[in-house]
Amino acid sequence: MATSNLKHALFCAIITLVVSYPILGFNLVSQGTSVGLEGANPTTVTAVFLAALAVFLFQLFRDQIMSGLGRVPKPALPTTRNMSDATRVRMQNLIILFVVIGAAIWPFLASRGSVDLATLVLIYVMLALGLNVVVGLAGLLDLGYVAFYAVGAYTFALLSQYFGISFWVALPTGALLAALFGLALGFPVLRLRGDYLAIVTLGFGEIIRILLNNWTSLTGGPNGIGGIPDPTLFGMEFGRRVKEEGNISFHDFFGIAYDSTHKIIFLYLIALVLAVMTFFAIRRLMQMPVGRSWEALREDEIAARSLGLSRTGVKLSAFTIGAFFAGFAGTVFASKQGFISPESFVFLESAIILAIVVLGGMGSQFGVILAAIAVTILPELAREFSEYRMLIFGAAMVLMMVWRPQGLLPMRRIHIHLDKPE
Amino acid sequence: MLEVRELSMRFGGLLAVDQVSLDVQEHEIVSIIGPNGAGKTTVFNCMSGFYKPTGGKILFGDKEIQGTPDYKISRLGLVRTFQHVRLFNRMTVVENLLVAQHRHLNTNLLAGLFKTPGYRKKEQKSLDRAAYWLKRVGLLDLANRDAGNLAYGQQRRLEIARCMVTEPKLLMLDEPAAGLNPAETRELNQLIISLKEDYNVSVVLIEHDMSLVMEISDRINVINQGRPLAKGTPDEIRHNDDVIKAYLGEA
Ligand SMILES: Nc1ncnc2c1ncn2[C@@H]1O[C@H](COP(=O)(O)OP(=O)(O)O)[C@@H](O)[C@H]1O
Ligand SMILES: [Mg+2]
Repeated sequence: MATSNLKHALFCAIITLVVSYPILGFNLVSQGTSVGLEGANPTTVTAVFLAALAVFLFQLFRDQIMSGLGRVPKPALPTTRNMSDATRVRMQNLIILFVVIGAAIWPFLASRGSVDLATLVLIYVMLALGLNVVVGLAGLLDLGYVAFYAVGAYTFALLSQYFGISFWVALPTGALLAALFGLALGFPVLRLRGDYLAIVTLGFGEIIRILLNNWTSLTGGPNGIGGIPDPTLFGMEFGRRVKEEGNISFHDFFGIAYDSTHKIIFLYLIALVLAVMTFFAIRRLMQMPVGRSWEALREDEIAARSLGLSRTGVKLSAFTIGAFFAGFAGTVFASKQGFISPESFVFLESAIILAIVVLGGMGSQFGVILAAIAVTILPELAREFSEYRMLIFGAAMVLMMVWRPQGLLPMRRIHIHLDKPE
Repeated sequence: MLEVRELSMRFGGLLAVDQVSLDVQEHEIVSIIGPNGAGKTTVFNCMSGFYKPTGGKILFGDKEIQGTPDYKISRLGLVRTFQHVRLFNRMTVVENLLVAQHRHLNTNLLAGLFKTPGYRKKEQKSLDRAAYWLKRVGLLDLANRDAGNLAYGQQRRLEIARCMVTEPKLLMLDEPAAGLNPAETRELNQLIISLKEDYNVSVVLIEHDMSLVMEISDRINVINQGRPLAKGTPDEIRHNDDVIKAYLGEA
């Protein structure tokens, strides 16, 4: 057995030990002259060491285990392997359909808190799918993506505060305005690549946030904007009492008792529809000339230009379309919270959305959705260790980069059927 | 159809190309030869708009194109390959050809998003064109492989196919035979001749492989240290004393 295997296995086992320390909330305390481990009873410590041993053994014999697994006949796989691409796509669409139907029924059975959280997950799905266009497909490292999210949210907040504009008007307006900001950011950064681009976009994100923070007369500064209205359903409001003349409330119309969860579920469903739309729109774009030109620019800019692709056009379209979906997400977010302030749009948000894209697998839509769910829900589940949240998050990122740099579900290229030429 | 007049390109203190002139007529294969560092690729970079020449003129038809941005030049029908293959490695073979046809498919976003019949028709046409050229260069069975995973010779052919789907008038090939084995070189030979004969494309060729150059060129330009040394038919070049001394002799 190669020594490199042994080294690697040892390294992995130690990482397991180190990571379990914050995750399980251990604490080192001094007891007299010796150091003790607080918060650990003998069983957990044994479990941790067993886990480390398991990791060690697995890594040590990984090659054998993997090849052993490979020899086991897999009854399910051959069928998927031999499936024609058309069937695979049809299967995929069928699965998506079931998942979406399930996701649409689920809120009626779930608790209020989890539906609310799920709405947030869907907002992150939209954001990450949008950023995936810029970073994953076009290969442009954008660290200020949260700015477009802020533009969408503030568009709705301001329009409703000053002009009483409703959610349904603000939704496209916010998205279009965010797209316009994307275009505006695109111009100055056209010639920049890599690190330089990252720094300038980072600056752009901060400019927007600081502007919102300091333009007190318009945005209320750090105090934010409150009283952002809920969406209405064909003019029906979801509040206990109707706010606007001439409107009717949802529960009155259907003659049911007022229930505050109606509103939560409605918002969730809107977010679901928008997230599904985002998914399909971008999936379609990826198979269109625009989407292909994004990837071509990422792969080789010089070759792309030599084939007549204008760098300007391609980059601007990626920034604009990515920003558009962030605007969508922002509007939904404003409506969900009812109150927004610049604090919701700090750099950390950009970093998290970027982390989702990287974790999911650059360019892969399914991967990005999976990662968005994981990154939003797991910290909620690990509430008790909230102080260690960022640490866990960081550790997870490092481990992913070590073991699976291509992401959770790397992008799979769609096979294109060609008719045989005569 | 293409005329380069007294082209010069200076990089700081280095005059990489010095007063080079050449012309290409329709239905012609013109070669540029010369030792390494002679400035051949630099001439290409000027012709394809990657560099703005510091002196001289480049006429395509009767339009001056020196200094025109690269992507606009390729839209005029002047397309090139690179000395070091440049494919879109993580895209499939057929996607490489579809990217190149973006202009044939330049409908608006909404038509594409909703797959209107007009869009589908154009899309099918570009798929057919891609299939045709893949078959032509023997890559049809590999259509859905990642371009980066192809063998070297296949990558070279894919790069040429990618140029051809743009339906160019003039094709510029920078050392297309570099790294190919003799059998592949022979195939490439046939392909280049057929581009001229069957598809009516003029070719400018930079090549080291003398047998290839002598066999398929209509005319040859020799440059040495940035300066034009000789020009003429393959026979004239073969018997040119300057060339023999400066280039063929040393090999
Ligand atoms: N972008 C550049 N900047 C500076 N010098 C360059 C550049 N491109 C080419 N050169 C120089 O120009 C000369 C000619 O190079 P090139 O055209 O690549 O030669 P060839 O293709 O004939 O081998 C070389 O000395 C090279 O170093
Ligand atoms: Mg060269």
